[in-house]
Amino acid sequence: MTPGTQTMFLDVQDLSVTFSTRRGIVNAVRGVTFSLAKGETLGIVGESGSGKSVSSYAVMRILERSGRIAGGQITFDGIDLSSLTNREMRELRGREISMVFQNPRAALNPIRKVGHQIEDVLRRHARATRSTAKAQAIDALKAVRIEDPEKRYNAYPFELSGGMCQRVVIAIALACDPRLLIADEPTTGLDVTTQKVVMELLADLTKSRGMSSILITHDLGLAAEYCDRIVVMKDGQVVEAGDPKALFADPQDPYTRRLIRSTPRPGAQIGDLVEPPVPSPTRPVLGAPLLEVRSLRKVFGHGAEQSVAVDDISFDIREGETLGLVGESGCGKSTTSSMIMRLLDPTSGEILMDGRTMTDVPAAKFARDPRRGSLQMVFQDATDSINPRFTARQAISDPIRRLTDEKPAGRVEELAAQVGLPEALLDRFPHQLSGGQKARVGIARALASRPRLLILDEPTAALDVSIQAIVLNLLAELRADLGVSYLFVSHDLHVVRLLCDRVIVMRKGRVVEEGATESIMRAPTDPYTRSLLDATPIPPAALEPQGIGPERHSQATV
Amino acid sequence: MSPTPIDSRQRGFLDHVVYVLGENPITAIAFALFALIVCVALFGPALAPYDPMESNAARALEPPSADHWFGTDNLGRDVFSRVLVATRLDLMISVAAVALSFVIGAAIGSAAGYWGGWIDAVTGRFVDTIMAFPLFVLAMGIVAAMGNTVENIIYATAIINLPFYARVARAEVRIRRDAGFAQAARLSGNTDLQVLAFHIFPNALPPMMVQISLNMGWAILNAAGLSFIGLGVRPPTAEWGIMVAEGANFVVSGEWWLAFFPGLALMCAVFAFNLLGDGLRDIFDPRQRT
Repeated sequence: MTPGTQTMFLDVQDLSVTFSTRRGIVNAVRGVTFSLAKGETLGIVGESGSGKSVSSYAVMRILERSGRIAGGQITFDGIDLSSLTNREMRELRGREISMVFQNPRAALNPIRKVGHQIEDVLRRHARATRSTAKAQAIDALKAVRIEDPEKRYNAYPFELSGGMCQRVVIAIALACDPRLLIADEPTTGLDVTTQKVVMELLADLTKSRGMSSILITHDLGLAAEYCDRIVVMKDGQVVEAGDPKALFADPQDPYTRRLIRSTPRPGAQIGDLVEPPVPSPTRPVLGAPLLEVRSLRKVFGHGAEQSVAVDDISFDIREGETLGLVGESGCGKSTTSSMIMRLLDPTSGEILMDGRTMTDVPAAKFARDPRRGSLQMVFQDATDSINPRFTARQAISDPIRRLTDEKPAGRVEELAAQVGLPEALLDRFPHQLSGGQKARVGIARALASRPRLLILDEPTAALDVSIQAIVLNLLAELRADLGVSYLFVSHDLHVVRLLCDRVIVMRKGRVVEEGATESIMRAPTDPYTRSLLDATPIPPAALEPQGIGPERHSQATV
Repeated sequence: MSPTPIDSRQRGFLDHVVYVLGENPITAIAFALFALIVCVALFGPALAPYDPMESNAARALEPPSADHWFGTDNLGRDVFSRVLVATRLDLMISVAAVALSFVIGAAIGSAAGYWGGWIDAVTGRFVDTIMAFPLFVLAMGIVAAMGNTVENIIYATAIINLPFYARVARAEVRIRRDAGFAQAARLSGNTDLQVLAFHIFPNALPPMMVQISLNMGWAILNAAGLSFIGLGVRPPTAEWGIMVAEGANFVVSGEWWLAFFPGLALMCAVFAFNLLGDGLRDIFDPRQRT
């Protein structure tokens, strides 16, 4: 306990973490130093593989078995954490330092009532006795502003929404009044409006209890909004640290600059996201209506358990046009895209292509329809959407063999070149490819049958921002080169703005607003659209050479 | 198109096998034991030092010695030769039975898992019906009713193992039915049958490999068990189950080797197959190959 470290609440000095894998030792974290004062919120930002989560796991000493703290010192409130026994560390976890994980459903025990799960933590740290536990658990639920806590006490996690589950996780994390809270991507996977509520709640609770917190995130906007200080990590090292305003206004490190540049933000064009900036690809000239959706309706279930997923929606997509379909989870956007893709039959309504109805061929028979090749899709999760036993070449050749008269040899290479996938990677299996490469395979496969309409189902949601920037530019280029129409399904309004001509906002199966992208972003008429826009964190814009001043101003008022 | 990528992939697979075996020595032992069993099954009759059927009253019931490694039985036949020769028959019965139940069970289970609905209901109840019987008693009944032949042992063993394959296949196909890659395959113009056969089923194989391997052990035990109680293969054919049954009479009088060695062979076979399962899963799951 040297005098110097006592001033800092949490002090991480020169931390190194290694993992032993079958390829040898991997240095996941290399000489990371950061510190946290009492009551401060520290943001750790970085892309996947930057070591941001591993660093915090090392603080909690919850690294997986192959991981090891190879060097450095972690001091928490004057205690050297590496000197503690496992038993002492267990006492500390939950009582002094708590953690909120990314996936709230995975963090909760699915077969135990949420109230009991809060009691477990309270009893474990002797904060409650059998007689007081229930009342305290209900208080904890109240603290995270869950309505009707007495009733929710008896709920199982599957009965609660994602946002509710995350509140329960926060209630568990805060039940014992810890002094440090580590939140690892606490809102990733939640809707923007839920994200806002959860983040506000976290900020309020940490402030009112005088807690320190660490927010680990890939979202620069979120970090800028909620953190007092920010640490930027890359490849296991801290590249830059400082006050968010100063750091984003004048980033010193080239990586920070690239990260800020890649983040879609008001005012930026699609070509501005990549380094070096390229002129944004031209938008194709709009042609005749390609797809017409007429009073589409989908009802799941029968009788009393009926639920209307899509309720009487109609829209058109013209040739060369990109239509954005925006909405939060459960709004029916996936059901709509499945119906247009002819993977799902509508309950009623019609989908026409070139003025001819497609709904007369049932979805189960559509695989053999000549129009199958004209309608293709790029899936949200590239990993899940490629057969794990197929190489990239096999995945791309499958539609060529089944839907076209062409020979896969040659055409596969052509497609790979089109999406910028090196030929050498074609014989790799999906697990041997990076996220961005898998996204390219998915796009190449979708383009293989020369489609006229491509549904892009959140194609970049699982990607890091720098990869997202490249993929978005690729999509824009392909659109310009091939004249294909896109239906772009997304929840990220900043991304939608970059790519779409027109936007449809869906809520509870209905279209609440439709119009040109810019006008909706600037002046939404529906209150729901407005709340979506309000909830989207606005990423910090770095000082950029090209003048984006006036537009940014008008956007900032939205 | 050049052979290089394929070569490197094959080398990758070999490296992977070596890695899996090195990581888990028990798997390596199981593979070695399995290789030994297969060799003995193939070359057993050629390796056997004596004719397994030839009796020699002068040298009956001799304990293990340099001449007769596993001793001799009550008719003076060489137990070692009989154990070696029996391997082929026992392995043949279990391989045939497992192959049969795998093919039928996987087909039924995959269809049930993929299409659901009435197919699932009908096949589900059919499988439940089989499971409702004590399995060994069911096998006894089938062999007793259909006749005491090797084929009938195979059919009986196949029927009682079928539900396990059907259930594993159903569950594994069902969780992948709406996976992204299955949807993508539909968009690529695959019909339902093609999606199931070329995309979903191959991914359901690794867990079924484990089932196959475990089942091989059971099938051998089952065949030996049927012979032990006098159904199925009959004396004087060399078969582990009969040898244990016949040898059991002599254990009380001290001639332990008659039952011990065929029993040991049986145990090694079951042991090898049970351990093999885990190794096979590690090898055939591409995601383990990082």
